[in-house]
Amino acid sequence: MFHALSDPTRRSVIARLGSGDATITELAEPFGLGLPTFLKHIKVLESSGLIASEKVGRVRTCKLQRDNLTAAQQWFDEQRALWENRYENLDNLLSTLKGKEDES
Amino acid sequence: MKAELQFDFIVDEAKSTITVKREFAAKRKLVWDCYTKSELLDRWFAPKPLTTKTSFMDFNEGGHWLYAMVEPNGTEYWGRMDYQSIQPIDHYTSLDGFCDSTGALNPDLPRSKWNVTFTDRAAHTVVETVVHYSSPEALQQVINMGMKEGLTSTLARLDELLAVLH
Repeated sequence: MFHALSDPTRRSVIARLGSGDATITELAEPFGLGLPTFLKHIKVLESSGLIASEKVGRVRTCKLQRDNLTAAQQWFDEQRALWENRYENLDNLLSTLKGKEDES
Repeated sequence: MKAELQFDFIVDEAKSTITVKREFAAKRKLVWDCYTKSELLDRWFAPKPLTTKTSFMDFNEGGHWLYAMVEPNGTEYWGRMDYQSIQPIDHYTSLDGFCDSTGALNPDLPRSKWNVTFTDRAAHTVVETVVHYSSPEALQQVINMGMKEGLTSTLARLDELLAVLH
């Protein structure tokens, strides 16, 4: 997933799909890339599980797979909680140590 | 109470880094000691309700810290911090990895590089920690492992417990 998100074009596609489903043509339009190049980005996003696409007639429509994005976001939230908690411990330790220094 | 102390937590997906910046109400030498002496690390490094236990410490370039974060039920998560470069009391770099209680690294999981910088801010100290994974794939691997089991689920349970208590 992070390989998929490491590219600016792919991050833009994710951001665009956040506001609703879109066809390949609509998604490709702002980038000025050739269709084969753009389709490679779409393939990377699909194989990472971040998006899914469906072809109806000649039109392929992409949609965001929100659950997979949420899993990564949850991990980062938990990492943030870990560091916050760890640093509250350090605040307490520092004030204990400073108290001892003041006494001596 | 500590609301005035700066805390930033920034994920950069393109660079596979997590940057944690935090201000502490203490002089730089004291904060440095808390990061580099195992008897002090043991008193803060693991998030509650876990505790920290040191098995070995050699804070020198080429040395390492072998530690465990221990759950209240006794489950131990072993880690090994290998120190690469040290400039007291400004900066150090290290490699953090998952290992067993003997310090043997788990070859299946990537290590992250820590770049830790200490700077003065008036009478306070700011510590910036950049945790760098070698690739987006390496970061993903650690996330997958964390999502399945282990420490992060302990913290999630703690959050749930706190929500119930409130």
